[in-house]
Amino acid sequence: MTQLPPGLAPRLVAFCDELRREGLSVGTSEILDAFEALQTVPWTEPADFREALAATVAKSQEDRRAFELLFDRYFFRAAEAEALDREVSEDRRYEGSERLDLDQLREAIRQAIAEGDDGEMRDLARLAIAAFGRRGEGSGVIGVDVQRIRRTLGLQTQPRPDAEEEALDRDQVARFERHLRRELERGLIERTGQLPPSRPLAELDRALPTSPAQDLTAVHRAVTQLKRRLATLGHEQRGRRRGAVVDMRRTMRASLETGGVPLRLRYRPRRPRRPEIYVLCDVSTSVTSASVFFLSVLHALHDSFRKLRSFVFIERISEVTEVFERERDFRVIAERISREGGVADVSGYTDYGRVWLEFGELIAEDLDPRSTVIVLGDARTNGREPHAEVFARIADHAGRTFWLNPEPRLYWNYGDSVMAAYEPHVTAAFECWTTRHLENFVNVIAGGKPLAET
Amino acid sequence: MAKHYRLACIRRGTAAPYHRGMEASSQDRGMPQSVADVKESLEGVGYLADEPAALVAYLALKLGKPVLVEGPAGVGKTELAKAISRATSRALIRLQCYEGLDEAKALYEWNYRKQLLRIQAESTGEGDGDPTWDHIFNEEYLLTRPLLAAIAAPDPVVLLIDEIDKTDQEFEAMLLEVLSDFQISIPELGVIEARTQPVVVLTSNNSRELTEALKRRCLYLWLDYPGVDREIEIVRLHAPELDEALARRLVEVVHMVRQLDLKKPPSIAESIDWARALLLLGADDIDSSVFERTMSIIVKHRTDIDLVADRVGVKLGGPQLGEAAG
Repeated sequence: MTQLPPGLAPRLVAFCDELRREGLSVGTSEILDAFEALQTVPWTEPADFREALAATVAKSQEDRRAFELLFDRYFFRAAEAEALDREVSEDRRYEGSERLDLDQLREAIRQAIAEGDDGEMRDLARLAIAAFGRRGEGSGVIGVDVQRIRRTLGLQTQPRPDAEEEALDRDQVARFERHLRRELERGLIERTGQLPPSRPLAELDRALPTSPAQDLTAVHRAVTQLKRRLATLGHEQRGRRRGAVVDMRRTMRASLETGGVPLRLRYRPRRPRRPEIYVLCDVSTSVTSASVFFLSVLHALHDSFRKLRSFVFIERISEVTEVFERERDFRVIAERISREGGVADVSGYTDYGRVWLEFGELIAEDLDPRSTVIVLGDARTNGREPHAEVFARIADHAGRTFWLNPEPRLYWNYGDSVMAAYEPHVTAAFECWTTRHLENFVNVIAGGKPLAET
Repeated sequence: MAKHYRLACIRRGTAAPYHRGMEASSQDRGMPQSVADVKESLEGVGYLADEPAALVAYLALKLGKPVLVEGPAGVGKTELAKAISRATSRALIRLQCYEGLDEAKALYEWNYRKQLLRIQAESTGEGDGDPTWDHIFNEEYLLTRPLLAAIAAPDPVVLLIDEIDKTDQEFEAMLLEVLSDFQISIPELGVIEARTQPVVVLTSNNSRELTEALKRRCLYLWLDYPGVDREIEIVRLHAPELDEALARRLVEVVHMVRQLDLKKPPSIAESIDWARALLLLGADDIDSSVFERTMSIIVKHRTDIDLVADRVGVKLGGPQLGEAAG
């Protein structure tokens, strides 16, 4: 066991406090775990120290990301505060920079960035700041300085046709920028003799880096959860208890209390049946921004459910189940739907009333209490008859009806939105334009809305 | 009471707090001294752990805390548990989770057939004349399931609870007693305590958010797909005859495939399988024709195959261009 140096314990507790302020749930038991863990790894090894602490207090990938950001910041500030306290300063920090000219420096930095050596980058960041300072271009604002230095050094991440140097790796340049920022901060603290106030993490920094492909993956993940929820929810209590199968094992077990005579029968729990899902998706211009998202939801749903029929509508409704089953590539699907959907008649404005009438004719017979209808749309009828009574009949036939609206709840029923006409008939209506909302939808229906839950 | 050899540490009545690490002396053998030790011994059994994985494995052994491993499918979460079991020469007890898993299948069950026979024997006067209630609720009539087996094992074991996210929250709640105190309460019998400290590894594919209570009791490890260089090492460890340049090419292609939005991205095990297949075929480069013939090893869905052939296959170039390797 290695003992933690005195003075570290309060710092760790303060660090955990800071984690809590950023929304990580760090319990006392976790802090105790952290201490226990840190006694088994040498605290002088920064990588091990950090990993051991992370393993005990950051319990998800998002938490881990926040942890990384806070860890750097907290211990940097702690070290600087200590240095201020003891009046330690580095007089000779920029030694040697006079001998380097800007071109040499630029070359050295490019190389360090390409090789990705942290120590080297840090030293060069200091040199760059010194060289920059001598030219008298420092603005005193750290963010501005970082960008100016970066521009002076010509570190671009986009390949440009006129530049003879090749583009650098974005992550590596970001790392170099972090060093620059850190060193500038250090200089500032030393000059002013005090720490700048600490600010909470920006939401932007905290979020995991995403790309469109990842968004699609997130949709897929939410839909996988949705599948599990829909499959197990609300069906258990439907219908009478007929055709129940006796569970021999449990009956025998229960019979022990009566001396081996099976007085009470135990039944096997009923397996939930596979849900049938009908998804209706508005693809008109008023929901253009949302319809890409909706189509990707639909796309993901098709991956997860076998008994799924999907429809798109504007003025008329059209079944696109087949398109989704045949095509895999999302872009091709989007194209084919817009080309072959045949859902816009003349005006290109959504006509919900007509859509219900058509849907009712097309499908009403297939609907039964086991089916779930999900409508993705903004309920903007462009002033046409909403035919809420037809929708009510559809909702009545189906076991459950959910409405996902791509507009914030605030905008519902403003203008030509007739959400109020439909809302009483659905099991639940949700606002939904991000994967987070989608997950929320999944959670809410998983949380057991007043559906046949006893 | 000769039958009590299996579950010797049953304590009847109220549960008193149990102090972990009591048996430290008996467990010190085989206890690693440093993170590097763990890394080395894992490597010795064919598992190349990265820094965080080795550290968490070390902490798990040292502190006796369960480890929750999350990450995409096929990054070696389950394999990590197996490797720990091999490296520490502990037996591996595995509990595969699925929807509807209940305590009768995870913890213990009463052997009702045997109990019934006993009762009947009593009633017909063939028994030993001691028809007390206690009698049919003792260890003789208990069927151990993985969790109880791990707790009651005389030698330290590695308990793998695989895909915990597949079960429901109620099951998680049931696990809490096992994970924090390493004990199981059986209403008819009392509390069964662990005699040795099992290493517990829980894996999750992140398909559902686990409860705070469970996470709180675990060390957390996020495993991701390894970087190119480490995956090359892994592939070369399992297919040592593979040419270095070819291994690099293979891993780069696999990484390219993982970038696409697939139903099932290729796992590390599949990279290894692919490497072995290439060895068997005697291929010395991955060009589009080799790729076409063998890609079913790394891509398993028909729709995925189309997508991969479309996006990756064309990038590889024809056979005549494939002179880069070698």
